[in-house]
Amino acid sequence: MQQLWAKFTDHLDPFLFAMVTAIAALGLLVLYSAVGETLGRVISQSQKMAIAVVIMILIANLSPQFIARFAVPLYVIGIVLLIGVALGGEVVKGARRWLKIPGIGNIQPSEIMKIALPLILAWYFERHEGSMNWRNFLVAAVLVVIPFGLVVRQPDLGTALLIGACGFYVLFLAGLDWRIIVGGAVMGGLALWAAWEFNWLHDYQKERVLNFISPQNDTQDAGWHTIQAAIAIGSGGLFGKGWGNGTQTHLEFLPEKHTDFIFAVYGEEFGLLGGVVLILLYLMFIGRCFVITANASNLFGRLMAGSMTLMFFTYAFVNMGMVTGMLPVVGVPLPFVSFGGTALITLFIAVGVLMSVQSHRKLVNS
Amino acid sequence: MASELRNYDQELFWFQRRLSLAAMLVALGFLALLGRFVYLQVIQHKHFVTLAEANRIDIQPEAPNRGIITDRNGVVLASNYSAYTLEINPQKVTDLDAAIDEIGKIIEVSARDRRRFKRLFDEFRTNDSLPLKSRLTDEEVARVAANRYRLPGVEIKARLFRQYPYGEVASHVVGYIGRISQGEKERIEQQNLAMSYKGSDYIGKRGIELSYERDLHGSAGSTEVEVDANRRVVRVLSRKPSVIGNNLQLSLDIRLQKIAEDAFGTKRGALVAIEPSTGDVLAFVSKPGYDPNLFVDGIDPQSWDALRDSPDKPMLNRPLQGGYPPGSTYKPFMALMAQELGVRTAGQTIRDPGYFKLGKGHWNDDKPGGHGIVDMVKSIIVSCDTYYYQLASELDIDDWHGFMKKFGFGQKTGVDIDGELTGILPSREWKAKRFPKDPKLHVGDQVSLGIGQGYNTFTPMQLAYATAVLANRGVAYKPHLVKRIIDAKTGEARLTQPSPAYTIDLKPAHLDVVFKGLAGVVTDGTGRSAFASAKYVSGGKTGTAQVYSLRGSEYIASQVAERLRDHAWYIAMAPMDKPAIAVVALVENGGFGAEAAAPIVRKVMDAYFNPVLLDAAIKRDVPASEAIAIAAAQREVKRAR
Repeated sequence: MQQLWAKFTDHLDPFLFAMVTAIAALGLLVLYSAVGETLGRVISQSQKMAIAVVIMILIANLSPQFIARFAVPLYVIGIVLLIGVALGGEVVKGARRWLKIPGIGNIQPSEIMKIALPLILAWYFERHEGSMNWRNFLVAAVLVVIPFGLVVRQPDLGTALLIGACGFYVLFLAGLDWRIIVGGAVMGGLALWAAWEFNWLHDYQKERVLNFISPQNDTQDAGWHTIQAAIAIGSGGLFGKGWGNGTQTHLEFLPEKHTDFIFAVYGEEFGLLGGVVLILLYLMFIGRCFVITANASNLFGRLMAGSMTLMFFTYAFVNMGMVTGMLPVVGVPLPFVSFGGTALITLFIAVGVLMSVQSHRKLVNS
Repeated sequence: MASELRNYDQELFWFQRRLSLAAMLVALGFLALLGRFVYLQVIQHKHFVTLAEANRIDIQPEAPNRGIITDRNGVVLASNYSAYTLEINPQKVTDLDAAIDEIGKIIEVSARDRRRFKRLFDEFRTNDSLPLKSRLTDEEVARVAANRYRLPGVEIKARLFRQYPYGEVASHVVGYIGRISQGEKERIEQQNLAMSYKGSDYIGKRGIELSYERDLHGSAGSTEVEVDANRRVVRVLSRKPSVIGNNLQLSLDIRLQKIAEDAFGTKRGALVAIEPSTGDVLAFVSKPGYDPNLFVDGIDPQSWDALRDSPDKPMLNRPLQGGYPPGSTYKPFMALMAQELGVRTAGQTIRDPGYFKLGKGHWNDDKPGGHGIVDMVKSIIVSCDTYYYQLASELDIDDWHGFMKKFGFGQKTGVDIDGELTGILPSREWKAKRFPKDPKLHVGDQVSLGIGQGYNTFTPMQLAYATAVLANRGVAYKPHLVKRIIDAKTGEARLTQPSPAYTIDLKPAHLDVVFKGLAGVVTDGTGRSAFASAKYVSGGKTGTAQVYSLRGSEYIASQVAERLRDHAWYIAMAPMDKPAIAVVALVENGGFGAEAAAPIVRKVMDAYFNPVLLDAAIKRDVPASEAIAIAAAQREVKRAR
């Protein structure tokens, strides 16, 4: 028994785990307030966390080489499911994102891609380590574009951009030519402009962008989220209104307050001080991820760890950015804090991968 | 192999450079977030606190209860009752007609309700909800409530309504309230009363309701509540209660008022009865009247047009706004003046040949052949025109003006209803100003003025005031319709006119002569038939105000179109040893005062001196509504305490 426990914890990175636990604990605290000081969802979220932690430990125990074996099948399954969504997914709020699988329930295949895409890219680049040329990058780009396109069509621009970002991080870390990066950025800008000009975007997407630019124009509907979140955070001040005392939160002015907008609750009740603490926790967590990435012993490990690291940052940055009104509203949860099991499991899998890379380092070396 | 190794190293080198770059990006990103936090939570903190407070705190105004108006004996003339109204918020409704049709399917909506709502909507164009139908029954409330989902923008509200239980009776005194207009709103803001009127929809428009608006209205309270995003009240933060409006006790006796109005029948005219020893206005009649209840929730256009366009002018407040020559009712005042100015003594006589001649002028007496030898008392009793032609020709017009002014002729009496007419008491200055081409006041003009005709233009209120001052032997009380203002909360009352306004210095002997003349009119003169077998000793004087000048020819009432007939006057006081009441009546186009006006005054005086008659006046007519109103008033007073 003790041996089994030791074997389990052997691969656990204590610092990384401590940071995640701290953030998650803070998250449960805020969640309790956000759901009206009831325990129901807090318990359910804790249970999901426990399951996610178990999955994380299991993955931490797998060697990176073993994980790499899943690259192709996972990617293929992901793509098949995405096509399945496009053909017969459940329509929720005007978008096809969910797929009903008998016996399992509703799943969101785009979530799988957040891991599967970096995985296949890292696997692919490692296979061509030492002899990478532009053709490899072209293949990689195709691997990125397929899921990206499928998710955009659902439509779910936010998730598509996140998936695209995860893929891009691998390419970037693998040494994608700067000229291509700059050229791609210019092309992307042009494409955005064209999409706007020629109505490729859905109305709701356009509206979100417009509301980001001037939320005051429509206080009742779409801009409401942004304005109310800014009011919540701004009125929190230096030290916040205190746990459970947020008026914006408890009088229902905040939308989505236990999921995507949970940071507004946090900002209102814990103020700038709370914000600084959370940023520091994320910074330490991501800092540790960087260390793991830098110490990784092979390219697969480096690329995988690096892209996961940057994914954490992207989630945290985009979420807090949109809640504070710096970025347009896209459906991105605050990592380890927002209520919801799917994202939580994805995140803990990513942590598990990082731990695996860290703990199997010497083994590979020897 | 070596190149491959170098490749590995290079790739590792590149990787580490890119990783450092990414780390810098992460640091920058978090720094940007921190900057944003500081901007929102430190720099813009105050602004967002304001917004958050505005989100959560709602101030709900609490309109005060309007004060109650009672007559001098506590009979309620204006009260409030609570009722459900169906209101439409025009902002939330795209097609008003369709919405009203939809409501019509659920409860009955009359054509009058529709018209009235349209008029309100056209007039106010507000964002507030406007009433479509008031006084909903419980069943109607339930039906609308059950169908609310079909009726966006439709609300049921419990509101206080004004009720005038006596309807037309005393309508020109009490007046009415109506919805606050844009102009009134601006006035309220100018007078810094906006806070008091928060949540108030109604304001006094006419009569006492208008002139005592400040007392009656009270002051709005407010409740500060915390609301959620759906504007539902979560809890009450603080409450400032409203201040109930003051109650008013009128000097009017509604019984006497009712008897006086009934006495007019279908005739048009005015009557004012004053208690000379206090200035209390006991009755104030303007016929025809109108039903003030029509105005309370907005009058419908048809009723309004009918009132406005009627040739009988029901909206005209005749005692205050009707200007008429006083006719022979002026003679007692002339007689008093003649003695006071030393122009005549009571015993001095004239011989009346039936006319008066001065230079080229020739003025006929009423009676062909004249009254023979006439002294002052007889001149009043027989209403001898020649006596006053002659007297007037000898007076200085400015002395005359100065004397009559003290009795309030051609002056605003200051009675407590707005819109009083000044009238005309001629003087040299007035003539010059009014007729710049013929600035001199001729002796001929004076002769006509002496019998109360010509330029003389007085209101019934002025004549009533003058009669009251005469009856009170020169001690003048400002006439007032409101006797007491009563604080609804403390019950504390204060008199509006606690002491005389001034006293005219008059010789008692001079007054006695005039009183003797007035008493003689009733016993031996033009008032005899009207006051036959009265149980009190009264004095009076008839008068006829010329509408249509008939030079030289005889006036035959039956041959003159009704609207061109003379107005009939009667002024009176009783009892003569110490008058307790002074009454003035005017019947428009009534012809002779003795026939048209004196009998009305007789009925009023009979009732005044006979409590049995008085009590019979209102118990007969409105027992039920009065009982309801009194009960309501008592509830209100109780609640106020």
